[in-house]
Amino acid sequence: MLIIPCPWCGPRAEQEFHFAGEPKARPVPAEQVSDQTWAHYLYHRSNEKGAHRELWSHAHGCGRWFVMERDTHTHQILSTKAPA
Amino acid sequence: MRYSAFNLIRHGLGNPLGWGPAWKPASLKPSYDAIIIGGGGHGLASAYYLAKNHGIRRVAVLERGWIGGGNTGRNTTIVRSNYFFGESARLYDHALKLYEGLSEDLNYNIMLSQRGVINIAHSEHEMELMTRSVNAMLLNGIDVELLDRKQLLAEVPLANDAPDARFPLHGGFVQRRGGVARHDAVAWGYARAASQLGVDIIQNCEVTGFIRDQNRITGLETTHGRVSAGVFGLAVAGHSSVMAAKAGFDLPLQSYALQAMVSEPLKPILHNVVMSGRTHAYVSQSDKGELVFGAGLDLYPSYAQRGNLPTAQEIIAGLLEIFPAFRRLKMLRQWAGIVDVCWDYSPIIGPAPVDGLYLNCGWGTGGFKAIPAGGWLLAHLLAHGKHDPLSAPFDLTRFQTGALIDEAAGAGIAH
Ligand SMILES: Cc1cc2nc3c(=O)[nH]c(=O)nc-3n(C[C@H](O)[C@H](O)[C@H](O)COP(=O)(O)OP(=O)(O)OC[C@H]3O[C@@H](n4cnc5c(N)ncnc54)[C@H](O)[C@@H]3O)c2cc1C
Ligand SMILES: [Zn+2]
Repeated sequence: MLIIPCPWCGPRAEQEFHFAGEPKARPVPAEQVSDQTWAHYLYHRSNEKGAHRELWSHAHGCGRWFVMERDTHTHQILSTKAPA
Repeated sequence: MRYSAFNLIRHGLGNPLGWGPAWKPASLKPSYDAIIIGGGGHGLASAYYLAKNHGIRRVAVLERGWIGGGNTGRNTTIVRSNYFFGESARLYDHALKLYEGLSEDLNYNIMLSQRGVINIAHSEHEMELMTRSVNAMLLNGIDVELLDRKQLLAEVPLANDAPDARFPLHGGFVQRRGGVARHDAVAWGYARAASQLGVDIIQNCEVTGFIRDQNRITGLETTHGRVSAGVFGLAVAGHSSVMAAKAGFDLPLQSYALQAMVSEPLKPILHNVVMSGRTHAYVSQSDKGELVFGAGLDLYPSYAQRGNLPTAQEIIAGLLEIFPAFRRLKMLRQWAGIVDVCWDYSPIIGPAPVDGLYLNCGWGTGGFKAIPAGGWLLAHLLAHGKHDPLSAPFDLTRFQTGALIDEAAGAGIAH
């Protein structure tokens, strides 16, 4: 069981949260983006073993989004902060 | 040595220690024709079919732990081919057909038990979707049958049929050729048969890096030193992204923990494999009498090889909704494996973005059933440098062309 520190609500149980993938910037302008770049944006992931940047939402709490850095090998939470 | 009734009696009466190791101890040579990274079922089967189907015997399998110690030795051993799309049906049925002859082919009893895999529908709507899936499977030539409520209860008399059941029984479908096989035996059987054909199986040998000549992989750095080869196969399941990063590319995968557990042993109580898409729970009874069961993935990416408690509770809750009779059982063990999940829940088989390297990954929660086919097809790629028609749709380029094979939506249940 992870206890996740929501930047707004403080420490709460993992069931209140929703993992939503790795944060990424959408490639623009759309008409100039190659199929390869678009496929990488949509589907490819760094999927790191170790420190991993992740987008989460406090779905069953304040409902807000935040960025979490978490070690995927130990499950240690390294930091949570509001998205830039 | 051949395993046979005669040899069993001879060794039983004579020297019971005279069997010798099942596969030969081997140490890393400086070079090979082909090297497979990862000694799970897919890697070992690839080596076996390279030697058997293509006559390529200067082959090594490099395993960082012990063979079969990854997902191959951690899974719930369900085999079936009841997939929605034709591409998948052909792939998984090829595997099931090979499984049907595997004990004889390998001279190793993999304890294939085709006891039937039953999927339950809990509502009229689910039954309608299931009927559509079953029709698609029948068109693909897969042997499935719809079950109405009465037929379902005849097959699974313990399922919760109470009027106030949270998940009522509406009907279901069955693949009678589906069932279970012994996971360790699949790994050991392939290892033994490959070793007899000359393949080096090297355990406790971790691949730590790739040696490149421009865009071509020519060798590997390992904990046993450097080694070179003509071609390389990557079959490391949950660690595929980690290895891809070392070779300079990334993959459309995310690694998750998938957990399973077993109860204390019981007398025979459940004679088929039962799955419920609504609760995600699925269960079978092992030859030792334990109930073997699991459900969906843990909720976030992980390389931790242990399941988290909230998911464990959900798995047990799902099982008990369907089988209230199991409520008082004690659990013996719980564990997890790290599975590499693709967005369309289909595997990736094909060339990597660097030359000389071929991929067999993305099997996610359901690649045990595919081991013979995954090995068969990776061996073909390594031997010929191009696809067998069976593996072509599973090429990495489908993520660019958009030709995904969306079994998450199609077949519904993974494993
Ligand atoms: C709990 C659970 C239940 C499952 N249930 C089912 C089921 O009922 N039916 C089904 O069909 N599938 C099931 N699966 C999925 C199935 O287990 C896998 O898809 C399948 O075993 C994958 O086989 P593999 O050979 O690709 O991987 P693995 O068996 O994981 O082998 C990969 C090997 O690569 C090695 N490796 C990794 N990195 C390196 C390195 N750098 N150097 C050398 N070696 C390395 C690992 O140590 C490992 O032994 C389940 C999985 C889990 C975890
Ligand atoms: Zn919050």
